Amino acid sequence: MKMRSSAILSELVDRWLTKVATLIAVYVTFRGHNAPGGGFAGGLLLGAAFVLQFLAGDEPSIRRRPIRNPEMLLGVGLLAAFGTTLAPLIAGGSPLESYIWKLDVPVIGEVKFVSSTLFDLGVFAVVVAVVLMILRALGTEGAGVSAHRGRAASRDQGGAPR
Amino acid sequence: MMLFVAIFAQFAVGGLTLVGLRRRPALAAALGVVVLACSAVLVAARGIGGAETSSYSVRWLPILGFNLNVQLDGFAVVMALLVSVLGAAVLVYSLAYFEHDGTYARFVGLFMAFAGSMFGLVLAEDLFTMFVFWELTSVWSFLLIGLNDKSTSARQAAVRALLTTGAGGLCLLAGVGILQVQYGTTSFSELLAAGPSGNFAHAAAILLLLGAFTKSAQFPFHFWLPGAMAAPTPVSAYLHSATMVKAGIVLLARTSPIFADVGVWRWWVVVAGVVTMVLGGWRALREVDAKLVLAYSTVSQLGLLTVLFGVGNRYATYAGVAHIVAHAIFKVGLFLGVGVIDHEIGTRDVSKIGAARRAMPTTTLAMVLSLLSMAGIIPLLGFATKEKALVALLDLERDAVGVVALAGVVVGSVLSVAYSIRLLRAVLRSDVAPERSQVAAHSSVDADHHSSVAVRIALSGPVVVAAAVSLAAGLTAATVGSWLVAPSKSLDVNAVSKLALWPGINDALITSAIVIAVGAVIGWRAPLSQSATSAATGERVFDGLYDTTMRLAKRITAVTQSGSLPIYVGVTLLVAAGGLVAGLVIDAPRLTGGVSWGSPLEALVSIVAMVLAVGVAVARPRFAGALFLGGVGYAIAVLFAMRGAPDLATTQLLVETLTIVVFLLALRSMTQKTGTHVGWTPRVLRLGIAVGVGIVVPLFLLAARASRIRPSPAQEYFARSLDEAGGRNVVNVILVDFRGFDTMGEIVVLAVAALGVVNLVRRAAR
Repeated sequence: MKMRSSAILSELVDRWLTKVATLIAVYVTFRGHNAPGGGFAGGLLLGAAFVLQFLAGDEPSIRRRPIRNPEMLLGVGLLAAFGTTLAPLIAGGSPLESYIWKLDVPVIGEVKFVSSTLFDLGVFAVVVAVVLMILRALGTEGAGVSAHRGRAASRDQGGAPR
Repeated sequence: MMLFVAIFAQFAVGGLTLVGLRRRPALAAALGVVVLACSAVLVAARGIGGAETSSYSVRWLPILGFNLNVQLDGFAVVMALLVSVLGAAVLVYSLAYFEHDGTYARFVGLFMAFAGSMFGLVLAEDLFTMFVFWELTSVWSFLLIGLNDKSTSARQAAVRALLTTGAGGLCLLAGVGILQVQYGTTSFSELLAAGPSGNFAHAAAILLLLGAFTKSAQFPFHFWLPGAMAAPTPVSAYLHSATMVKAGIVLLARTSPIFADVGVWRWWVVVAGVVTMVLGGWRALREVDAKLVLAYSTVSQLGLLTVLFGVGNRYATYAGVAHIVAHAIFKVGLFLGVGVIDHEIGTRDVSKIGAARRAMPTTTLAMVLSLLSMAGIIPLLGFATKEKALVALLDLERDAVGVVALAGVVVGSVLSVAYSIRLLRAVLRSDVAPERSQVAAHSSVDADHHSSVAVRIALSGPVVVAAAVSLAAGLTAATVGSWLVAPSKSLDVNAVSKLALWPGINDALITSAIVIAVGAVIGWRAPLSQSATSAATGERVFDGLYDTTMRLAKRITAVTQSGSLPIYVGVTLLVAAGGLVAGLVIDAPRLTGGVSWGSPLEALVSIVAMVLAVGVAVARPRFAGALFLGGVGYAIAVLFAMRGAPDLATTQLLVETLTIVVFLLALRSMTQKTGTHVGWTPRVLRLGIAVGVGIVVPLFLLAARASRIRPSPAQEYFARSLDEAGGRNVVNVILVDFRGFDTMGEIVVLAVAALGVVNLVRRAAR
């Protein structure tokens, strides 16, 4: 059974949390090159948001949204990291060599983009995917935490080794 | 350059077939025929008549001195022509052979990939390039033997072939490595100039021989080749008779001039070749399956080639080159011919294949010619080349090696004549009625065959052409022989000789006549229906070794992988702590210095962390333990923050949070309390390990801190961070740039761990 407060919370989380968290996570990832943050922290942040969403709502929300296929995300992340590692080889450089591009965007001013940011985005994707995969694996058996407790307890009585 | 284009084009057709043209294998095969024909024309245009050898190289790993070098010298021309022309012929044949067969697309793809690899192998100018293509051919051979992947025996044969040739390939690699390190090159011409000698050259020579002998099915590694007959006939004809098994011979031919005087080289090559030749001939005489007869005869003929390239006198090299050509032509014809018979009447039993004679007179005649060429009977090409081999061996010094080689080859030749004649008798036998039931059972496809002219031409065409070439080349032996002088000279500058249709009466001819007479009598009297022979000894030894290895692996796994978490963790920690203790004891470093003690607040947080850690150990409910563990993590995050490491602190905080959640989720399906004792690891032991590790690790950290002998790399990172990597946050720049490879490895581990968790849970849920 579900309490009302839980429903409100879940709706709030559904509507706002992931969007805001995604924004923050991406921001943290990009700022990482010059200030505390980075792909790993960003990924964990978004992962934490998903965990909160999962805890607040019921588990189907994790199935439905926001990323239907975390395995795909995992692959994309690994590919991005591998790609940025190997890409300089094509240009005759050494693996993982950084390239820095500077763009002069009107109004905003100079924007600097470093190729290793792509690598960091790969890390970000991998971390998010890992969190989602584990969450889905461990979180989706049974209907929910409360329902599960009973089952686990009854198993304890029957199957306790000593 | 064009040579690489040719190799690439062959691979490209292979790849295209496997990916894009699965539904249109016939189209792919036609494309393959065109590419192979173009390659042959290219080789002929470039290689024949030109004064200088054209070569080309692609830089690959210049640091290690490894580049892909190909050349088109005389020998390479001959081999490349064999590979491409025979490849095209077999591919045409396969069009009809595989009709209505679902595996045809796979066959064409793998076949073309193999052709490309083999083409590269024969053109290779150094051992490294040869090795690369060598290994590729092993892989394609494995896949082609196992083409019928539903058959257990085919799969087993494929594994045997792969493991045998693969092990040989590793030996070859080791030999190449030794030569590269010792002489700084693996190029044939440069090695010849360097003239290797001494222990390293000796070791390298043995390793190269192991590679060559496994690939070319020399005793005692000959057993995989008959097994490989599980493959469809076109595969057997092309890979396991005409081309791939010649790779070892090519290696011998190229390296014999280099190593001829090194240690055991000559002895080993000659003895292995002789034993293989006699053994193969003997088995060929007893087999009932015509395809197996041909397989063992291939083994036997490879033995002859090994001897010829091993003895290394000027006539022998020439005879070897000539016999490679003769053998490839008549053996392809024979294999394809047996394939036609099998296709038409549904049996390869030597006591029954005579039934095909009436239905297919042309094919039968062609097979007879090829058989005569194999027996070495005038006026076919096989006669001229076999004759040359005898001349070469009679010309040898009569030292021990020379006598063994001559005697062995004479006995082997008798057997060759004998099995050829036996097969000839089987083909010509008229007293067998075609087994109607069998023909009917062989499916209605045959009905089409009998009506379809195109199919019949595609099937018999290559057989007939091969026989015609054997005959024509035999009649014009002098001309053909003159073409083979340059190729032999490219292997050994002293090589001389010529072929002749009628050499005049000499020692060799008399020997030959005796050999043919004795062989014919044996062959004529040999029974066609032998009771089935037992499995080859080599095969049994291989299987024994294989099974023992597997059993041993299982036993070791059972001992080391007990499945008990306390034992895993205990062992891991003990080994790590043991290493640290060793470091502390051996170096006896100072333990103080380099450490800055922090504020009292840090001490407070540390104490909190310690108390929580004790809580983890003593808490009975798992739930509480998990929370305590999280608490320890948070406290450490606070310490990081106090020491001015915001990146670490944030990450630690987030990781701890997620870990607790994951922990709690996992706990839902576990017992709620920890057990009092786990398995057979007593509490005292676990306590001891925990306390010991807890003491050793901080001690080591203190010692490490106190005994720094170089400045910390931190300053350098700070200095380089903004300029080279374009970032101000050094921590992040280290992660994604300076030490990016580490991060790469870490995320891979993370990904694998996640996949592991998912599968574990999925499995437990079942």
